[in-house]
Amino acid sequence: MKPFTYTRADDVTSAVSEVSRQEGAKVIAGGTNLLDLMKIDVMQPRHLVDITRLALTTIEKTAEGGLLLGALATNADTAYHEQVEQRYPLLSHAILAGATAQLRNKATDAGNLLQRTRCYYFYDTHTACNKREPGTGCSAIHGYNRNHAILGHSEHCIATHPSDMAVALAALEARIHVTGPQGERTIPIADFHRLPGDTPEKDTNLADDEIITAIELSPKGFARHYTYLKNRDRASYAFALVSVAVGLDMEGDTIQEARIALGGVAHKPWRNPEAEALLTGKKASRENFQPVADAYVHGAKGFEHNSFKIELARRSIVRALMQAAHVDQNSNGN
Amino acid sequence: MATNQIGKPQNRVDGRDKVTGQARYAAEFNVKDLAYGVVVSSAIAKGRIKEMDTSEALRVEGVLEVFTSENRPKLASYDTSFQDEDAPPGSPFRPLFNRDVLFNMQPIALVVAETYELARYAASLVKVEYETEEYATDFEKERPNAYVPEEYKSTTPPDPWGKPETALKEAEHKVAEEYSHPSQHHNPMEMHATTAVWEGDGRITVYDKIQGVLNSQEYIMGVFGLAKEDVRVLSPFVGGAFGSGLRPQYQLFMAVMATLELKRSVRVALTRPQMFSFGHRPKTVQQLSLGAAADGTLEAVVHHVFAETSRFEDYSEDVIIWPGVLYKCDNVKVSHKLVGLDVYTPLDMRAPGGTTGIYALECAIDELSYKVGMDPVEFRLKNYSVRDQNEDKPFSSKELRECYRQGAELFGWKDRKPQPRSMREGHNLIGWGVANGAWEATQKPSGAKAVLTKEGKLTVSSATADIGTGTYTIMSQIAAECMGLPIEAVEFKLGDSSLPQSPLEGGSWTASTVGSAVKLVCEKLGEKLLELAQESDDSPFKEAGIEEVEFTDGQMRLKENSSVAIPLTQLLRDNKKDNIQVEAESKPSDEQENYSPYSHSAVFVEVKVDEDLGTIKVTRVVTAVAGGRILNPKTARSQILGGVVWGIGMALEEESVMDHQYGRFINHDLAEYHVPVNADVHDVEVIFVDEEDSIVNPLGVKGLGEIGIVSVAPAIANAVYHATGKRVRDLPITLDKVM
Ligand SMILES: Cc1cc2nc3c(=O)[nH]c(=O)nc-3n(C[C@H](O)[C@H](O)[C@H](O)COP(=O)(O)OP(=O)(O)OC[C@H]3O[C@@H](n4cnc5c(N)ncnc54)[C@H](O)[C@@H]3O)c2cc1C
Ligand code: SF4
Repeated sequence: MKPFTYTRADDVTSAVSEVSRQEGAKVIAGGTNLLDLMKIDVMQPRHLVDITRLALTTIEKTAEGGLLLGALATNADTAYHEQVEQRYPLLSHAILAGATAQLRNKATDAGNLLQRTRCYYFYDTHTACNKREPGTGCSAIHGYNRNHAILGHSEHCIATHPSDMAVALAALEARIHVTGPQGERTIPIADFHRLPGDTPEKDTNLADDEIITAIELSPKGFARHYTYLKNRDRASYAFALVSVAVGLDMEGDTIQEARIALGGVAHKPWRNPEAEALLTGKKASRENFQPVADAYVHGAKGFEHNSFKIELARRSIVRALMQAAHVDQNSNGN
Repeated sequence: MATNQIGKPQNRVDGRDKVTGQARYAAEFNVKDLAYGVVVSSAIAKGRIKEMDTSEALRVEGVLEVFTSENRPKLASYDTSFQDEDAPPGSPFRPLFNRDVLFNMQPIALVVAETYELARYAASLVKVEYETEEYATDFEKERPNAYVPEEYKSTTPPDPWGKPETALKEAEHKVAEEYSHPSQHHNPMEMHATTAVWEGDGRITVYDKIQGVLNSQEYIMGVFGLAKEDVRVLSPFVGGAFGSGLRPQYQLFMAVMATLELKRSVRVALTRPQMFSFGHRPKTVQQLSLGAAADGTLEAVVHHVFAETSRFEDYSEDVIIWPGVLYKCDNVKVSHKLVGLDVYTPLDMRAPGGTTGIYALECAIDELSYKVGMDPVEFRLKNYSVRDQNEDKPFSSKELRECYRQGAELFGWKDRKPQPRSMREGHNLIGWGVANGAWEATQKPSGAKAVLTKEGKLTVSSATADIGTGTYTIMSQIAAECMGLPIEAVEFKLGDSSLPQSPLEGGSWTASTVGSAVKLVCEKLGEKLLELAQESDDSPFKEAGIEEVEFTDGQMRLKENSSVAIPLTQLLRDNKKDNIQVEAESKPSDEQENYSPYSHSAVFVEVKVDEDLGTIKVTRVVTAVAGGRILNPKTARSQILGGVVWGIGMALEEESVMDHQYGRFINHDLAEYHVPVNADVHDVEVIFVDEEDSIVNPLGVKGLGEIGIVSVAPAIANAVYHATGKRVRDLPITLDKVM
């Protein structure tokens, strides 16, 4: 761990100015990801701006009837918030599928979106990694790549984004409120995380001197028809191999609107609006779900240890849609 | 023996200390002026250190020294000095010996500073330039070069008996398959650590994470040339070790070296990634060919083993003894070859060899039972063995039949549908599997000491360890029972090199070994007390022999006439004694030579496998154990539960992944090296069947540290087959292999 200086910010303005003033500055929230990475020299901020005292912990209704999650609301407080449980159970379930109770008590909603990949090589400073040290190469492509991407990867990086929460937020089309030296702006979640391309060191489109202040949920919560399905190597405390967030708007057994986001398969939560559109106006049935699943993994490319994710994703999408639509699980389609 | 301590579900005597943080571990002994060492690990698997620049690290204020191969003190020059009690044949690794790098994450420097944080920071400033050499870490690539070692650490493979090849050829039903498991690391909760305390005048006290303080003491004496009286090693509590603490690890070397050089107390604790830099369960591939007659008689077993070792030591474990132990078979052939890799030497990990060999054999036997068309339990009973065929000796006792009977009944085995894929519940395919296992019940020589004070307090001690198994508790129970004292009046001391010698805590032999020594020393104490009473001429015990007296309720009394009694406290006071001390050394009996002592188990498992997604849940486990006399059902059950949980991990999760681009284990933390979490563990029932054994040792105990794990992984693998119709023969059975 490298030496660093530390200040505690009192309000958003001073936090932003601290971050933009000091080169190599980072904000610290719950610290559950940043501190781990600092201890092993993967991240080496020279200055830490502690934002945990900012008044950004509340969860409130918006004028439009949505919900505004403060950037510093903890994952636990969010998942168990009455409004979230009732109106956005998909989000609640996704958060609770992640990490552990102890971590969720400490982890913040903004921090969750900004957690770094779990690529093994990213964590080991004695290996080449373009994300950690641009230009050194990607060890995962010819190495151990079980938890890596099958969609949207590049020759420079095949890492995945590990967040469960972000997958639900992608399906819910959340908007991220950020503040920088130039003022405030809002970024749709679909544009928040990036694909690796040739700049894998950049996980998101958040500027270095911007901070997240809130996450906004639109009124549409899919509280009647939703599922968060997470496949992993053990029943808890493991990152997703493939996860699926589904929200359906249904009238009788006809689907009005479908939202499907995949986790564990790409550098960002993976949406495919064209594939989703295949379901509009369709009956909820296995026969109608299968083509959507196929379309989602169309063009997917796996590596030595993760090709199984393609079929797993396909099956998981069908399963998740069946669950969300309350289609009888045991009959083979109807 | 009226207190009846033995067999009571006594709570751990050290439980309160542990849950309140009073129990201190090796890295928790704080002394004045303690300095902190951080180990720098190599970034390459093989080669030479061309250049190491420590100047920047040394410039950090608060850094005391950076030790490397260039400035280390003079050390012993022979291999024998570095060979510890558990060393395999070969040339042990010597930290900082020279510039050679023999394996990845090899310790190549120690940075010592005033604080841990400074040492860690300075360690990151050490710059190393390497000359890399070609290395081999790919087991499959090296397997063609497998060799028979000059000397086995484990049992030398027995000669074949019968006509295995012919019997195999002629058998009606056959199985010939290959089974494997990857390298696995122990990953105890407590990471390896040593606090070496400088006592002045060249004397040191060392708090070490070790499964036997005498092993560390000998190592230090050998390597640094210290006299016995100048080194005291203590290890009162160990936060799990599972074999990783059998050999002194390099943090001990580093801490002691720095302490002697700086004449100042030093602590060295390893990091979690560094826990992947030394011994581990070796990757092992096993070829098994079995043959059975039409009626299910096992006709032939041919078992070939290929297991990983390092380039500098020939590590081997008892993988090939199981065909001769588990089943009656007239035609058996086994072999055990080593595959040398540029890695650190593997190391015993809970039930070394047993978990490996029994896994493969019990899977193959299961496959054969399907071929024969017999129920897997029936098939095993049909080939039940009452003799150890490796040694050609009868078992000292074997209640495995009863394990099958009670286990099957509690599990409800009779309702099993024999066909694979025949039981389901929604998306889940349900599978029931079984496996049996065994583990040697060894007794070794051990010393013990007992001190009884005139206040009635009994202190019994031995240099042994308690690695979380409950040694403190069961030894206190044995002593309390022998002397007829309440357990509160007894204190058991361990983990101190100044105490009477005892072997490493491992191999499930501590209960029998140290327990027998404790029993013996208490018997001697009893004799001494009787002698004391007989010193006065009018003693009512004057004519009594030791077999005529009993110790109960804090008294010594005549068995025939309980009104003739004297409180032990009074006995000492009457004779003006502050205390009485005795020492004893117990040894296995000659009679044991004629028998083969093993504990046995039968494990029944239910799994639910998601038909589409491949996720596997172990929903029920019933394990029935024949482990001789159960000293404490509570701590005993905990041992078996722990074994079952680990078995789940071995079957479904554990794998140290070697990256051959770097020759380095790459999933080196507990986020990515998976062991079971609570959510993976469902109903687990433990049965102890009654088993009397008057041969195995004076207490009739067999030890339970390892029997709990040995047959869990195969039972799960067999259940997965029954559920899905798919045989996965390479562990761990992850969802991609079954979906
Ligand atoms: C062992 C383990 C298992 C886990 N398992 C899972 C899992 O299964 N699923 C899952 O989704 N997550 C999992 N997590 C990750 C966990 O959810 C994240 O660590 C946590 O959400 C991060 O939040 P934090 O507040 O602690 O962030 P911090 O560590 O404080 O910060 C993380 C990053 O976000 C930045 N940051 C934080 N807040 C702001 C802000 N307001 N504006 C701008 N930048 C900000 C920091 O600068 C830093 O770069 C796991 C973590 C661990 C350690
Ligand atoms: S996949 Fe990305 S994070 Fe992993 S080694 Fe390659 S560049 Fe680094």
